[in-house]
Parts: sequence; C-alpha cells; structure tokens
Amino acid sequence: MSLSRSDFRIICDWITPDSRVLDLGCGNGELLSELSNNRGVSGYGIEIDDKNISQCIKAGINVIQRDLDLGLSDFDEESFDFVILSMTLQASNYPHRLLGEMLRVGTEGIVTFPNFGNITSRIQLGFGGRMPVNRTLPLEWYNTPNVHLCTLKDFEELCEKLDIEILERRAVTHDNKTGPGLNLFPNLFGEIALYRFRNKNA
Amino acid sequence: MPEKIPAGSIGLVKSSTFHFDQPLLLACGETLNAYELVYETYGELNSARDNAILVCHALSGTHHLAGYYSEDDPKPGWWENLVGPGKVIDTNRFFVVGVNNLGGCHGSTGPTTSNPDTGKPYGPDFPMVTVADWVESQNRLTQKLGIEQWAAVIGGSLGGMQVLQWSIDYPDRLRHAIVIAAAPKLTAQNIAFNEVARQAIRTDPDFHDGHYYEHGTIPEKGLRIARMLGHLTYMSDEVMAEKFGRDLRQDAINFDYGIEFQVESYLRHQADRFVGTFDANTYLLMTKALDYFDPATEAGSGLSAILARACADFFVISFTSDWRFSPQRSHEIVKALHDNDLNVSYAEIESHHGHDAFLLALPQYLSVLGAYMDRIASECTK
Repeated sequence: MSLSRSDFRIICDWITPDSRVLDLGCGNGELLSELSNNRGVSGYGIEIDDKNISQCIKAGINVIQRDLDLGLSDFDEESFDFVILSMTLQASNYPHRLLGEMLRVGTEGIVTFPNFGNITSRIQLGFGGRMPVNRTLPLEWYNTPNVHLCTLKDFEELCEKLDIEILERRAVTHDNKTGPGLNLFPNLFGEIALYRFRNKNA
Repeated sequence: MPEKIPAGSIGLVKSSTFHFDQPLLLACGETLNAYELVYETYGELNSARDNAILVCHALSGTHHLAGYYSEDDPKPGWWENLVGPGKVIDTNRFFVVGVNNLGGCHGSTGPTTSNPDTGKPYGPDFPMVTVADWVESQNRLTQKLGIEQWAAVIGGSLGGMQVLQWSIDYPDRLRHAIVIAAAPKLTAQNIAFNEVARQAIRTDPDFHDGHYYEHGTIPEKGLRIARMLGHLTYMSDEVMAEKFGRDLRQDAINFDYGIEFQVESYLRHQADRFVGTFDANTYLLMTKALDYFDPATEAGSGLSAILARACADFFVISFTSDWRFSPQRSHEIVKALHDNDLNVSYAEIESHHGHDAFLLALPQYLSVLGAYMDRIASECTK
C-alpha cells in the first residue's frame, strides 16, 4: 500500500473490512480506492471539486458531486458503518452540524484535521504575531479554504457538547514520526489529529 | 454546407431498417401488428459482442447520432460533439447504435407511415407510445443485432428516461446506465409547458384533428409556436442574455409587431428549421410520452423501490443552469440508486447553457463522461 497521506494509513486500519463507508470530501478518491480494492469496502465518496470528480471516476470509485455544507439529507439514517471526513472539517461552514449528520447516516465517524494547537502554529501566532503558514497549513489567511480551524482540545470539547463518545484518538506528524513528546503532548506536537467516534447513547 | 467533412467526424454514414412482424402490445392497450425501426451503427461490434452502446434520443432527436449522409450534407448527426472516432463515445472502441423511436418521423413507424389497414397515413390514429414501449421495441432490435448485453445505454433528457426504463425492465441487458439531464418524472410545470405546445398545434386550423396530410396542409403555425416554446425551456435566462440581450435587428424600435429584437429573430429561425423536418403528430406523441413517464408511480411504489430491480452501474449527470430538468431531479435519481446500494457516480456540470448543455462539448462534461467511458472500454474484450 502506498498511500500519500499519513492519516490515510491510520484510517485504513480503523475501518473494518467489507464494511460500508461514506467518504465526505473524498478528494481524488485515493482512500476509497485503497479501501475498496484491498479491503472489500463499498460505498460512496462525496466531493465538490471538478478535477477531483474526474479523477475519482477514472479511479472507478463511486463519487457524488455535492456541497457538504448542504448536508447529507439525501442519505437515510444508519446507511453506513463508517462516515469519514478527512482534512475537511476545518473547511466546512458548519462543523458541528456536519458531525451530527455524520452520526445520523453512519454508526461511527472518523475525522482528521490539521491541529491548530501544534507548536509551530503557536509560535508563529504567539511570537510572530501572524496567522500560521506551515506544512500543515500551507496557505495564507486570505486564500485558505480553512474557515474553522481547531485544536485537539477544541474538538474534544465540541464532542462533549454534542454527546459524542470518542473511541480512539491519534495525533501524528506528516512523516508519521512517533515519540514520547507526541504521546505526552499530542495537542502540542501533533500536526494532524485523528478521531474515531460514535453517539454516546449508541 | 461543410467545405469537406471535418477531421474527427465518423464521416459518411447511412441508416438501416429492421422490419418486425411480432406484434407489439403497447401500454395504452393497442397493438402494433408490424412496424419498422430505422437505426444507425458506428464502429465495429467485437467478437465477444460486449462493446455495444445504445444511445437513446430526446424529444426531437433521431437515430442519426453522428456523421454526414453525403459530402454536401449541411449538418452532422445531433450528437456529433460526443460520438465519433477518438471522441468521448469513441467509435474506435465501441459499437454505437442510434435508433429512431416508434412514433417518430424519421423512418421508424409513426404517424406519417401508411397504416396497412387503411392504406392512408396513421396520422392521429397512431397509438400513444410510452417510454416503456420504446424500450421494449429497442430490446427487440437488440436481439436482431445479436447483442445480449449493452456495455452501456446512454441518453439525455427524454433519452435519459429511456435509460432508467431499460435498467428497470431489462436489468441484466446493460452493464452501465448513463442518465444525462433527465428526471424520474415530469413536474406539473413540465407537463404544463407540453400542454401549451400541444394546444398550439391542436388549435391550428390546418391541424384538421391530425388528418392534415389528407388536407394537404401542415399545422405550421402551431408547430412553430410549440417549437419556440420548447426551445425557450432548453435555454437559461443567462445564456439568452449573453447571446441576444436586448439587441435590436435595426438601430431603433419601430413600434410594430415585426421582428425587432434579435431573440425574436432567433426563435423564428428555430421554428423555420423545425417545421420543415418534424411532424406535428409525432411532436404530440413525444410530449405525451414525456408526460406519462413515471415508472415509480406506475409500479405503485417509490422510485427507490422500483430501482431495486436495477443492477447496472450508473452515471448520472446534470447541468447547473438546466431548469427544465434541474440538478434537483437528478439528485432524486441518485438518491434512489444509493438507497439500493447500487454503484452510482454523479457529476453536476457548471454550465450556463440550460438543458441544451447535454448536446454540447463542455470541457468538464467531456472530462467526466470520457473518464467513465474509459472505464467501460477497459471492461470490454479487446
């Protein structure tokens, strides 16, 4: 398996083989291709970008062109085992509603996002006094699609508010390095946050 | 008239006709004892017979998808933009079939055909035909052509409705269903537009209750109005603003009822072109087939329930400015398909060309459809 992103490798491990998956903001379909070709997973990707749609269709995966901010009302309750939202939460207009929608149509949700609490961002903002631009957040404040950046703590607080139970959490760097620092202070050293969760009353 | 046939075109083509003697029981209860279907094919059927593509036509379409009938034929087939060697529906890879629907006026049995019982044209006595009747007749043609399963059935607008019907009535006879700018049924507004068009034709004094052939007349005024109205609904406000705006034909307004605005001139030109080539009784029949199409209600179930019969892989395409069959209508189809866990992809093409966009060579449209056709080609025997 040669996945281009470190969060994809962890997501693949989290997904039960032969399950049904909805991948929100599926990009060029890389993750879904891997899941369907090698793990017997079926399902759909949702994507808005034209180029990505063409690439998904080339890759032979099911992709539906749709704006996630319009919600998932076309999908019935409990249609999927997993609903994935990778590196997209921070670019959605209503992250809290989207999390609710994910757990309406799916049993478990998986979310990954750039950790705004990472030390590089803290230094750039805290000492530099400017919006962070780094390998996790490569664009400038004015042209980034990210409108709802958050830290691990922020996300967990929101889950608490929404009665969401976190089943698993990982914080990683882009090159998938691990170390005691990352384990002890994930909100400080993690570049990408990954969560697997479900409804508390599930 | 093209100076010469453009490179990239399939070139010179000709139609063929199949005669069917097996009676066809229609949804309306009447039976066609014998009938003919005119069709065209492009490319070669491979030895495994698994590279065949059926293209279903829309209201005013025909079996003539691509190519020219002669060196000085002024116009190619209606889907020349997409069908041809190296094009999106690649005739180097696929055996592509276009067929004129029953009730049509381009060679298949229809109102202009002589009724064997009377020796006169059927005219208004030609029975009402439905989308399901068309699919049934197309299936018979499929068998005559020696094709057991279509690699894909493709259609836009009313053609897309035939694709849906194929997937429901003959689920194992197509591997892929490509439904473009279509809807699972018409809305009240859609039906209303059709009814105004029909009234325009039927109230024309030259219509003679549909027996105009005997009177040596054509309900030209009615047909013109019907076409102008129809054509309006195929365009978006935006594209009309861009094409014509409020441009005048002359420098100033004349305070009369002649052609003053460019858009009026355009509509009249469209009407002129149409009356010479299209039969009014066929127009009436086609609009009725549109109105009646509603496979879900017909089966007494919802769209998801009826599409549970389908097993093809689907590709659904809509266009943002299409207000005749808006993207919302395609969403309904897509939802019913994923409700059934069927393989489905959906592309919503950004375009200001309205409903007519499905006929055009728009880059993103070509890109996604081309990618999908590549996938189909990769599954065909080489």
